[in-house]
Amino acid sequence: MNAHDDDRLKQLLKQAVSPVETDAEPARDLWPAVLKRLDADTAGGARTRSRWVWFDVALLAGLAVLGVSFPAMIPLLLYYL
Amino acid sequence: MSDGSKALLQFPGHDAAYLLFRQGDLDAFESLFRLHQRAVYGWILRVVRNPAAAEELVVETFWRIYQARARFDADRDFAPWARRISTRVALDWLRARRPEIELDDESLAVLPAARAADPGVAAEIRMKTARAFARLPATLRVAAVLAVVEERPHKEVAEALGISVAAVKLRVFRALRLLRKDLERQGIRP
Repeated sequence: MNAHDDDRLKQLLKQAVSPVETDAEPARDLWPAVLKRLDADTAGGARTRSRWVWFDVALLAGLAVLGVSFPAMIPLLLYYL
Repeated sequence: MSDGSKALLQFPGHDAAYLLFRQGDLDAFESLFRLHQRAVYGWILRVVRNPAAAEELVVETFWRIYQARARFDADRDFAPWARRISTRVALDWLRARRPEIELDDESLAVLPAARAADPGVAAEIRMKTARAFARLPATLRVAAVLAVVEERPHKEVAEALGISVAAVKLRVFRALRLLRKDLERQGIRP
């Protein structure tokens, strides 16, 4: 394989996979889609945060119930923390 | 877009717009989007070679750009940074797709080509070459399509891929070697 072979292969590749025209542009305005994506991300983030808040409260409530019901477990729990 | 943001982009270097964008200003972001979307679209189209996918990936790219705005260096130009992010997005897309279903007659026909195919090269050979090229690993394919097919300078390709110029040349070399082997297996000697 030499440089000449490489050049022929490159030419064949250019024939098979044509270069894209330089002034190609999107068929539609993409800004609304970008805004929608940003909004979805913001809403998704808020949902994730609210899930975590709910989860934290439930965990704390569970621990409180456990502490009141079985006070002897508190030292054991603290040991493992 | 506010008039203020439009006015900011009249200054060379767009420093004020860059700073506003870094702070999360949507008007400044829209100004940058309007200024660069065509170039980003063209770049992504060169990599993925699918107009519909390129539009979706432009949206993904600008979403990532907005998420990463705090890391943007306002002393540098926006275009190379955007090109690098868009290349990463396009590469992710290519990696997620099966190469065999990427290239069919229809998808090749809708792509806006810069020049017509040489009638001296049989359509079947062109198709086989295109399919063999689509089977290459995505990283090699991107380097080869940008450097060989689109004839972009190696330095620009290296910056977009976040690798050295030598690494680009190596990827192109490996891409051509693998392509040649694949074609030879099919009885085509380029």
